[in-house]
Amino acid sequence: MGSETTTPPTIDDAFLAGLRSDMLRFAQLQLRDAAAAEDAVQEALVGALSNAKGFAGRSEVKTWVFTILRNKIVDHIRLQSRTTNVSSLSPEEASLDEAFDTLFQDNRHWTSQSRPRDWGSPEAALRQQDFWHVFEACLTHLPDNTARVFMMREFLEFETPEVCKELGITVSNCNVILHRARNALRRCLERGWFAAGEPAC
Amino acid sequence: MLRCKEVTHLLSEAQDRELSITEKLPLRMHLLICQGCRNFKQQMTFLRGACRSYTSERKDTEK
Repeated sequence: MGSETTTPPTIDDAFLAGLRSDMLRFAQLQLRDAAAAEDAVQEALVGALSNAKGFAGRSEVKTWVFTILRNKIVDHIRLQSRTTNVSSLSPEEASLDEAFDTLFQDNRHWTSQSRPRDWGSPEAALRQQDFWHVFEACLTHLPDNTARVFMMREFLEFETPEVCKELGITVSNCNVILHRARNALRRCLERGWFAAGEPAC
Repeated sequence: MLRCKEVTHLLSEAQDRELSITEKLPLRMHLLICQGCRNFKQQMTFLRGACRSYTSERKDTEK
């Protein structure tokens, strides 16, 4: 790690430790590989802090460090995508698709039990740390390839055509995977967090 | 006529690209009469927002 003389005064050890644990969680969610996540975080921190000059405050440091971390994660995903076939359907993914099919009647309308519920004002959940625990658990439950595509789109904020290009899959395949991820997540959140709402009629 | 199952695909894709007029109009008509799909749409919007605010809102850093 950098010596104390190079770190701005707002970056004390407690802040660094917290930041590091936020980064690790973020990297782990996307890479699903503890060692790779650890490496990405370490590289990002060292890279960011060795160039740290005159940050106005902690939030600026955090934004900067996460920008670098995103790049490290993308690098890793690019490497990974050369050796994994993202479009292949795992048994977990097939079973998510089967579960999705059971939500509908023969006429392709929702069955009465499966109709998506009204989540009320769900934004309030974003301020509750308990919600984030459920959210993380739901993301972790996604099958690897499904999660990889979803995280690239929503967390690394790639446009969909870029995701396809990076991972070497077709746009329609990408759409199928994103739909699978979103549906799995909304069902998981509905069960784990919003279950109190009444089914819509 | 659009069915709920197709609507979920359109609503997911609407998060990734601008839908065409020929997709938008039937979708709008469907949403007018289907509370379940309106809820699905709200949930898609919420998911996008949650992912976008993850790094700023999820913290055990500050305390």
